[in-house]
Amino acid sequence: MDLNSYLVISAILFSLGLFGVITRRNGVAVLMSIELILNAANINFIAFSRFGGMDLSGHIFSLFVIVLAAAEAAVALAIILNIFNNFGSINIDDANKMSH
Amino acid sequence: MNGINLIFWLIALMTVFSALIVVLSRNLIYSAVALLFTLLGIAGLYVFLWADFIAITQVLIYVGGILVLIIFGIMLTHRITDVTLSQSSKQQILGGSIILIIFIGLSYMIFNTPWVNKPAIEPSGTIHEIGKLLMIDYLLPFEVASILLLVALIGAALLSRNSK
Repeated sequence: MDLNSYLVISAILFSLGLFGVITRRNGVAVLMSIELILNAANINFIAFSRFGGMDLSGHIFSLFVIVLAAAEAAVALAIILNIFNNFGSINIDDANKMSH
Repeated sequence: MNGINLIFWLIALMTVFSALIVVLSRNLIYSAVALLFTLLGIAGLYVFLWADFIAITQVLIYVGGILVLIIFGIMLTHRITDVTLSQSSKQQILGGSIILIIFIGLSYMIFNTPWVNKPAIEPSGTIHEIGKLLMIDYLLPFEVASILLLVALIGAALLSRNSK
């Protein structure tokens, strides 16, 4: 359980999240993939904090990331609901107009 | 030590496998449930990294808040007649190969960088230190985050309101 194993797990999660963002077409699925990417970044913060002499600044940063993820999820879901109301689906390929 | 190693790799395997389901499953509800296991697994990894407070926060905010919000989003954006809640992906092979290249690059970087590794003793708890840091060193970002949450709350309420 050295630093590398955590970094590799985080890299796998990041790659999977990026894969979801670029291939999924459903807005909610893209949102879930973004959550994966944010969590991968968080694992890196905590792992570097642990292996860098237990400096707790990394914990503070990951707390802020969690707070931002919560705000982002709320606003993104509101936007997705609006897309659904205006276009009748949440396929983000269909939502290609600024106004309806 | 061996048992702890085994538990660590089991948790890591669970995290990665359910993350795979999140991005590959055709059923959105399956994706959301798999995301639950990914987030719980990540909280377990935080426990292994001595971050008890962050692990609890992860469970509280991600599993208790964001995941419920996402399931609400799934339920609200599908018609009731739409039984399968399925969704399609696009250009998976092209995207997969690009992501594989990125992942190989990241792994190369991880294994070829001489990371610092300072020895540390396991603290009995991190909450006291985090509280001090939040209230002294990081007070301004803390307040800005609270304003941001307020703005996001009002913005989300305004956006999702039924416009006539």
